[in-house]
Amino acid sequence: MKSLFISNDKTANIVLLSLIALTVLVPLCNAIFPSASALHFSAYTVSLLGKYLTFALLGLSLDLVWGYCGILALGHGAFFALGGYSMGMYLMRQIGERGVYGDPVLPDFMVFLDWKELPWYWYGFDQFWFALPMVFLAPGVLAFVFGWLAFRSRVTGVYLSIITQALTYALMLAFFRNEMGFGGNNGLTDFKDILGFNIQSEAVRVALFMISGLTLIGAFLLARWISCTKLGRVVTAVRDHEARVRFLGYRVEMFKLWIFVFAAMLAGLAGALYVPQVGIINPSEFSPLNSLEIVVWVAIGGRGTLYGAIIGAMLVNYGKTVLTGLLPEIWLFTLGATFVLVTVFMPNGLAGLLPKESGETRT
Amino acid sequence: MTMPLIDRYKTFDFVRKPVKPGELDVSHKTILYLEDVSVSFDGFKALNNLSLYIDNGELRCLIGPNGAGKTTLMDVITGKTKPDSGSVFFGQTIDLLEMDEPAIAQAGICRKFQKPSVFENLSVFENLELAMKADKGAWPALFARLKGEHRDRIEEVLTTTGLTEHSAQQAGILSHGQKQWLEIGMLLMQEPKVMLVDEPVAGMTHQEIDRTAELLLSLQGKHSIVVVEHDMEFVRSIARKVTVLHEGSVLTEGTMDEVQNDPRVIQVYLGD
Repeated sequence: MKSLFISNDKTANIVLLSLIALTVLVPLCNAIFPSASALHFSAYTVSLLGKYLTFALLGLSLDLVWGYCGILALGHGAFFALGGYSMGMYLMRQIGERGVYGDPVLPDFMVFLDWKELPWYWYGFDQFWFALPMVFLAPGVLAFVFGWLAFRSRVTGVYLSIITQALTYALMLAFFRNEMGFGGNNGLTDFKDILGFNIQSEAVRVALFMISGLTLIGAFLLARWISCTKLGRVVTAVRDHEARVRFLGYRVEMFKLWIFVFAAMLAGLAGALYVPQVGIINPSEFSPLNSLEIVVWVAIGGRGTLYGAIIGAMLVNYGKTVLTGLLPEIWLFTLGATFVLVTVFMPNGLAGLLPKESGETRT
Repeated sequence: MTMPLIDRYKTFDFVRKPVKPGELDVSHKTILYLEDVSVSFDGFKALNNLSLYIDNGELRCLIGPNGAGKTTLMDVITGKTKPDSGSVFFGQTIDLLEMDEPAIAQAGICRKFQKPSVFENLSVFENLELAMKADKGAWPALFARLKGEHRDRIEEVLTTTGLTEHSAQQAGILSHGQKQWLEIGMLLMQEPKVMLVDEPVAGMTHQEIDRTAELLLSLQGKHSIVVVEHDMEFVRSIARKVTVLHEGSVLTEGTMDEVQNDPRVIQVYLGD
């Protein structure tokens, strides 16, 4: 690695520059051009692009776990949703008296359920400084506990994939229940303010887009730095030959746990950025299908490259937006067919089509 | 049973050299003690009351027909398989049965697999770097930096294994023989006390076999080496002492000539 910003890999640099350009140009176009102009990005488009950026961040975090460490996690959406719920709880408490029922403390759904008191786990979420660490802690603690149990017992391969899938499914069922106190199947919505600013206003939408872009760029650089450290190489080694790593004296479970928890926190952050931009979080975010979709993004973009996950997430979601608008019934077929075709004909995804440029001489 | 007080062979604690628990003690010249070790898989006795002692610094060859328990023996020593009964000690003080694979590896018992096992997506240099003796926790690895002395150490092992010119190459494109040497190099990077080498010359050409023999002979004395091998010519060229395993226990021990002339060994290898 030459430096943090310029790597030996040309494609990674191009993707990084494109992200920077996107983060700067979209808000600029939104500000400069009048709304009638073709170059103007409406608040809707800005939020849509912001949503893609959070998905790219989510894909990036899965790539660390799957592409680098070889853990095919089929429940990664759970961490995204937990981060989202943490942010959603903060936004919910910001509504205050402006809710339909006008209760200063209790969110609407609690009044509707005839609850008299705020459950203890909602305490503190009226403060941003409390909600922000929760965005990392909630998914991080879950990933730590789950990973510690699973990796220490040396659960690997398809068994681990199935358990992660079961984990997110169980969480979905739990969050569907009204008694859980997270709004049941309606989830959390009807947000008004974020940090005192109107969440619907165009300026806030642009700001959220820029924060998403900057976060993605930062996460990309951080993930790339990690992949270039010795830890990154051990993690890759675990993927390729776990037993060998163990007999070299490394505690494989600790490395898996480290990367799994880190990725879960990144996914949580992605969820926290996603929720204010789409305005709702509900238990369907925990659905196994969502987690599978993340795997498809990364597979299509090309795993083990970081930028592949970003490209994959953005392209697939753009395709989803276009196709579900035009021909909603064929979207799932298209996604499935693309996944099959990519797996069969491009096992390294879109990134695999590019000539590999790495620091190593290969002759 | 004699009372400890009147036991004439009893050594009082204050006469003994103080030994810190967990520190390797080879004052009795033996580095590995395996006593009455038994392992069974679904009723099949892979190891049957096996007892084996490896001296500090010796190069020992283990031979025996397929299914004699050679690989299981290595699994037991490295912590991969826990025996049903028996004891396995590293020096006088370290009980290997209480440790897991990473702890045993860190204590200084390193293993080369039967199938060459290198990290194919990493360069030769990086393979050696990962194997290097260091703090092997996740956080230290995140902030680990290669210092000059580390580079020197890697260069030294590259020279020993003859892989200097392949340093920057991906390990996956090395030849079969080179992968075997790289894996031996990875063992050396761990500064092992004991090297367990499983079939180092399988699939090698004659020239490669000769080089491997030279390499292992040059390491004897600095490390205790246990080699499992089928190639008798190779075993003859390196071994001072050979142990023959059969059906999970030691059949006989001695020099290659003694062993090859032992009628029981002939029977085991050739059948009735």
